[in-house]
Amino acid sequence: MKRLVIIGGHLIDPLEKQNGGRNLLIENGRVKAWLKQDEPFPEDAEIIDATGMIVAPGFIDMHVHLREPGQEHKETIETGTAAAVAGGFTSVCCMPNTNPINDNAAITRFIIEQSERAGLANVFPIGAITKNSEGTELAEMGEMRNAGIVAVSDDGRPVPNAGIMRRAMEYAKDFDLTVVDHCEDKSLSNGGVMHEGKISLLLGLRGIPALAEELDAIRDVMLAELTGAKVHIAHISTKGAIEAVRIAKSKGLKVTCEVTPHHFTLTDEAVEGYNTNAKMSPPLRSQEHLEAILEAIKDGTIDAIATDHAPHHPDEKNLEFDRAPFGVIGLETAVGLTFEKLVHVGIIDLVRMVEMFSTNPARIFGLTDRGTLRPGSMADITILDPHLEWTYRVSETRSKSKNSPFDGWSFHGAVVITIVNGKIVYRRS
Amino acid sequence: MNKPFKRKDLLGIRDLSAEEINTILHTAEAFREVSRRDVKKVPTLRGKTVINLFFEPSTRTRTSFELAAKRLSADAVNISTSTSSLAKGETILDMAKNLDAMAPHVIVVRHSSAGVPHQLAKASRASIVNAGDGSNEHPTQALLDAMTIREHKGKIEGLKVAILGDILHSRVARSNVHLLTKLGARVCIAGPGTLVPKDFAKLVDDNLEICQNIESAIEDSDVVMVLRIQKERMNQAFFPTMREYSIHYGLTKERLKLAKKDAIVLHPGPMNRGVEIASDVADGSSSLILNQVEYGLAVRMAVLYLLTGGEE
Repeated sequence: MKRLVIIGGHLIDPLEKQNGGRNLLIENGRVKAWLKQDEPFPEDAEIIDATGMIVAPGFIDMHVHLREPGQEHKETIETGTAAAVAGGFTSVCCMPNTNPINDNAAITRFIIEQSERAGLANVFPIGAITKNSEGTELAEMGEMRNAGIVAVSDDGRPVPNAGIMRRAMEYAKDFDLTVVDHCEDKSLSNGGVMHEGKISLLLGLRGIPALAEELDAIRDVMLAELTGAKVHIAHISTKGAIEAVRIAKSKGLKVTCEVTPHHFTLTDEAVEGYNTNAKMSPPLRSQEHLEAILEAIKDGTIDAIATDHAPHHPDEKNLEFDRAPFGVIGLETAVGLTFEKLVHVGIIDLVRMVEMFSTNPARIFGLTDRGTLRPGSMADITILDPHLEWTYRVSETRSKSKNSPFDGWSFHGAVVITIVNGKIVYRRS
Repeated sequence: MNKPFKRKDLLGIRDLSAEEINTILHTAEAFREVSRRDVKKVPTLRGKTVINLFFEPSTRTRTSFELAAKRLSADAVNISTSTSSLAKGETILDMAKNLDAMAPHVIVVRHSSAGVPHQLAKASRASIVNAGDGSNEHPTQALLDAMTIREHKGKIEGLKVAILGDILHSRVARSNVHLLTKLGARVCIAGPGTLVPKDFAKLVDDNLEICQNIESAIEDSDVVMVLRIQKERMNQAFFPTMREYSIHYGLTKERLKLAKKDAIVLHPGPMNRGVEIASDVADGSSSLILNQVEYGLAVRMAVLYLLTGGEE
């Protein structure tokens, strides 16, 4: 019997209303018991000293791109999950835009098998909404559900047809699947490469108006009302889309949303100098939208933090700005940015941080026995030092790609140990 | 007074101070004289290499840069290609490193993507001159426009300049807005609503105004600058037909009467006669379109000279 005991730590579990000193006993990959700090524990248990640290239910990234199968030059499930555990994530949910697209059970099973082979983070695939994400015929959601998907999405190629989206929501409900939407009306974004506003005009780059996101978000909220489906707005980035979610929540609809660390940290001014590592979709928005995001993180309108980790090879990113692909990596910087930009400046406290990284993602995607450390649940644990100073060097990333806008940034607050299913998979050296 | 120009590159007007702009313009005036000599050549840049790297078709600008280099006795190499680096499987970085290996002093670059000169400048030891990048900037065009205006109006400060047409996609408009407002002119822009973004007025702090219609932009102006309409824009539903454009937004003799009596007309070329500008205006006495070409050569000589270490 393999036992582990984490002693001296400050245990935060929002679901159990726990926020204080507790030792944690782990047995055979599950949480066995919470112990008072002076309570005895089995002598044969391996001891992890977490004095001065935060012990939290494992962080879950609801939105990553692992690129396997098909684009292994950018990332593999092994390198992606290595970056995940180094960033404190015990589980990642990967988007279906691989090659081939994850629109059937065989691909879903392949992804899960590859993640088991890697043995690092848990991988929960997200299946396509429509076949080949073409927006016309529904994909086999039921079969993919049986194979292990936790949600459906046509991320990056959002379903343009409201009628199809309605059917998708109605059908996904039968399998208790959340529909995740990357909100973008492509007739409005129309070849744009950055946020439309003063900076896009100054740089002579084609703009993507905030409305491209907002129009789709409003549509999705209304469809959620019509169908009663669970709808999750991915990487929310505009004031108007946030307002749509706020209204949905006030009506009691099952609408949730996530934000990325880059959207709560940077504005479109980061594009100055034509830095292709500041090119992502949705684009970095203006200060006005950033302020709306911070307000919505504070008031709870935004449920979760997700990275939208999107690896691209340097040869693809080192192109003309308008030809370079959208996306940045983010698994290893999410925790640092959250400490720096949200926690230490008083926008949220540590309990809310854990809620946004673990409790809420598990609830939204229905991951049972995760997102909490109540006895009996899976021993997925993230241990943080809220004050440790460190500098992110993209040259040392575990990801196969290096497309981060945060190279050289310093943070207070770091991941120290990551435990997945009772096994230590990352320890900060 | 000898004022060295301290920059490695000329990427746009946006980053330049009024003083730097004046340095280039003064230097250009001196070089204008060279082109009027019988022997149009000075040994100033002997032994220096200038590469003209044009990813977009261009006759006027490329020839102008080539002649500018040659009249300064530099060795000029022209590379014209319509394919992007991507199409050849090469990154911007590869391209910069390869050219750098040949140790040119100046690389003049035109590209359909905004920011390519900036990306090259970061990766290359050579001085980069932006000869037009996508919809971003075309600094030597704005400099030659300023030189034309100054030669004919004696000053720039206090003038009203109307810029008409496709503002959204125009690098000429952006460079001119920056330059003219830095030197104290009042700029009024106008064109179809689809091609004049409302946020454009925020581009600079002062002296820039978006007019309701082209008539009010032209009214009482000292300079009327007409932008080229690109035919492919029509297919993207920015305006219905060329015919409609010429009727509602073209510079006609009638509309020009709204400007000051001694107003001058500029166009960066090549013109679509009968579309954005009527032929009788293009060929009329107010038009300085051919003078612009002459000044362009002087401005480019000045830029090459200053970037390679020359003094005003």
